[in-house]
Amino acid sequence: MHRFANPARFLKIARPLTGWLFWPGLSLILAGCFCGLFVTPADYLQGETVRILYIHVPAAWLGMAGWSGIAVAALMQLVWRHPLASIAGRALAAPGALFTAICLATGSIWGRPTWGTWWEWDGRMTSMLVLLFLYLGYIALANASARQGQGGVSAVTAIFGLVGAINIPIINRSVVWWNSLHQGPSITLRGSSIDGSLLWPLGLTFLGFSLLFGAIVLMRMRTLLARNKIEARMQRLARG
Amino acid sequence: MNQWAFVAAAYALALLATATVIVLSWRAMREAEGQAEDRPRP
Repeated sequence: MHRFANPARFLKIARPLTGWLFWPGLSLILAGCFCGLFVTPADYLQGETVRILYIHVPAAWLGMAGWSGIAVAALMQLVWRHPLASIAGRALAAPGALFTAICLATGSIWGRPTWGTWWEWDGRMTSMLVLLFLYLGYIALANASARQGQGGVSAVTAIFGLVGAINIPIINRSVVWWNSLHQGPSITLRGSSIDGSLLWPLGLTFLGFSLLFGAIVLMRMRTLLARNKIEARMQRLARG
Repeated sequence: MNQWAFVAAAYALALLATATVIVLSWRAMREAEGQAEDRPRP
């Protein structure tokens, strides 16, 4: 990992990688959404609303994966002082928050015709809402530390990212620990309880959104690195 | 209750939000990288 501590070396890889992640990601999402909407059959119980699965599940995964990435970046920043770790943490926050919000919104839209309610304060939904608030807090802290002249995030923000990771296993196990309107785990290491005829487009959107998420994070890392470069140049100019 | 209306709303919301963040991230990146390259060195 320290091989990529040099921003120039990182950018040499990040520039082509952004497109390599973006275009296949977009193609897979469009293919997965088309198949999920028009090719797969309706569920025998939920009817057509089951099609929300193909965007809701990848959004939930990316909301949690985004914060897991922030926690790993925070650890690398605090323990190994990796110079790109804080940039990565900051770049992960906005797309992570976006996909958490998409997960909550699509879940709510799915809940109305399925459960008869837009919202229920149960373990899964509440812990996911807490994740969204954690993201907003992290973004506010990161912006505050950026205003103090740092390109990445401060140590306090990194510690917040690390501590907030406690919520990730809570979200994952919430449907097992507490009674919930939300269904239990459908896809585990032992297999899937979703029928194969409904499941396969999920692989396309899952992979597609993951690749696209990677491309967005790389774009944001490149933005932060370029702004750091401008800032450093301005400071050199100001010093004469 | 028309189930397709809920499906369409969920897809429209997710795809529009994703497209918005892609466009904003792309524009910010192009602008920042352009400025970083163009600005004359001291």
